[in-house]
Amino acid sequence: MIERYRQGDVWVFAEEDNGRLFDAPIELMGKGRELADELGVSLGAVLLGGRGTEELVNRLGAYGADKVYLVEDAKLRHYQTAPYRKVMADLCNRFKPQIVLFGATSKGRDLAPSVASALGCGLAADCTDLRIGDYQPKRSSKVYNKVLFQIRPMLGGNVIATVVNYKSWPQMATVREGVMVMPAPNAHNKPELIRYDAGLEGLVPPLRIVESRGQKKTPDLQGARVVVAGGAGVGTRENFKLIWELANCIGGAVGCSRAAVDLGFIDKDYLIGQTGTPIRPALYIACGISGADQHRAGMEESARVVAINIDPQAPIFSFADYGIVGDLTEVIPRMIKAIRAGARVESLGKRLK
Amino acid sequence: MNYHSVVCVKQVPDTNRITGNPMKDDGTVNRAALEAIANPDDMHALEAALEIRDHHGGSVSVITMGPPRAAEVLREALYRGADDGYLISDERAAGSDTLATSYVLACAVKKLSPDMVFCGRRTIDGDNAQVGPQLAEKTELTLITYVDSLVAVEDRTVTARRDLDTGWELVAAELPVLMTVAHTANTPRPPSVKRMMKLKKARSRPEIVEKLMRDADWPDKTSLKTAVDRRAAELEKHGLLIQSWTLDDIGAKPGRCGLRGSPTKIHRVQSIVFTAAEQKRFRNDEAGVSELIGLLIKDHTIR
Repeated sequence: MIERYRQGDVWVFAEEDNGRLFDAPIELMGKGRELADELGVSLGAVLLGGRGTEELVNRLGAYGADKVYLVEDAKLRHYQTAPYRKVMADLCNRFKPQIVLFGATSKGRDLAPSVASALGCGLAADCTDLRIGDYQPKRSSKVYNKVLFQIRPMLGGNVIATVVNYKSWPQMATVREGVMVMPAPNAHNKPELIRYDAGLEGLVPPLRIVESRGQKKTPDLQGARVVVAGGAGVGTRENFKLIWELANCIGGAVGCSRAAVDLGFIDKDYLIGQTGTPIRPALYIACGISGADQHRAGMEESARVVAINIDPQAPIFSFADYGIVGDLTEVIPRMIKAIRAGARVESLGKRLK
Repeated sequence: MNYHSVVCVKQVPDTNRITGNPMKDDGTVNRAALEAIANPDDMHALEAALEIRDHHGGSVSVITMGPPRAAEVLREALYRGADDGYLISDERAAGSDTLATSYVLACAVKKLSPDMVFCGRRTIDGDNAQVGPQLAEKTELTLITYVDSLVAVEDRTVTARRDLDTGWELVAAELPVLMTVAHTANTPRPPSVKRMMKLKKARSRPEIVEKLMRDADWPDKTSLKTAVDRRAAELEKHGLLIQSWTLDDIGAKPGRCGLRGSPTKIHRVQSIVFTAAEQKRFRNDEAGVSELIGLLIKDHTIR
């Protein structure tokens, strides 16, 4: 573990592959920004890679990084645990961040526990929310101010636990993909670049990558906390982009009704309902979906249903919690605006003592 | 060429069949109230090890850490074909998080110095998927996570396919290695009836202690110990004594184990209940949409 250093940065591990930044770190930058502002410290992005990673520095800045820690080395070109673990642990020892966040991707969930073990610090896996709060250990009079509350489902999702790691810093967490609001980029934000030497001369990477293959990612509708779905009422394939935009900004997955597939707006992998994927997210937003029985059967266990439809008589309104009658090309941009504004308000307010 | 493998298994509450309060006040799992099963992924880890042994020769040892009853998962593994089992049971290890657990397991693994260690990819109770990577770091074994196909073991080199969220990759590494195994890797063999008949009476020392204390009142520790020793010797004669270790047996420092050695603490636990919302319509203008989003943020539907 490292010493508790209250001026330490909030860090986000900027997962990339061949110069392409993953979604997970971009989502984390939004949350990381909030946490850093609340703590009054800098947000740092940690970028490890082979050569040519430098052009990602400005992108990370645009998403909110004050600093980018860049480590380039041929041994970091293709991810494997040992060299990444060593570099991350060295960086933590050198710069003493107070919080280090990783996406709960296959890479993040391989690397984060390895680094935590090397540092002897705590780690909470697959968090769905992060907040700053004060913590008083049981049977203790001491209060630890402004520690990271790491909120995550446990026991097969039957309970939500708040985990803290108030002593053995850094406070580390992996964060589930698609649950944090993606920040809007601001190209004017130029980060400070900090280059760091990997120091991997003595290390022989123990894995030989014989072959690797990218695969089309099938949408994880069942695992998604929020699903935004479009139907025939979306109107055109062009308009369907609005569904993607709303889903991205809210950290949700995209789904659709049978009619949207038949009209060629989207692939059938995204179909929700009796013949598609049955889902039960925390929030379901139905856009231009009338709410036929076979669709209803696949989503009625959603905890909250929001319906947007131009037809006030659409059956979907009879089982939606919240409804807006209107043209979705007007409603969705307004929602995106409201969510972005709401996300900013959240970062200032204190929801939890 | 034969290989010695160690498989780490865990007894977990069956999270699909939870009744009553699953957590205790101190934030640890209330094991007493839950039906206990062998963690599903661990049985795939065991199968991977057994297949290597069946093909190349060698042996498969299974280790677990937990209360005396955790030996049930060792018997389960023995029925399926494991050669021997080790129960690490020590009150000072209770409440360990993944860092402390991986430390205890590392002490045990070092004692066995295997060629390969297998862990399930994740457990269904904590779902951290952290103990495997942390155990690899502490034992300095080469880590191969998310193995969905063990392609070959030849000349002390293992080749395995890893299932990643971006696709897959085929990797090769020299032994010793630690692999975390996904449920897609194989189909675990069922327990063998023959082995079950032979081994169903196998017990570990902590279980003997527990049973004897339940069955009778003991005037002093010495007489209890004598009875336990006698029973253990009897079982050992018939090859039915499951090895057990305390923290001292594996040289684990108590300060790094249990609640004391665990940096993560459970601050609080909430069960998930979504209250039914009243049906409500909002106007299609900025104020209406903001009110809707505000409500969703307020009740934490949007975070």
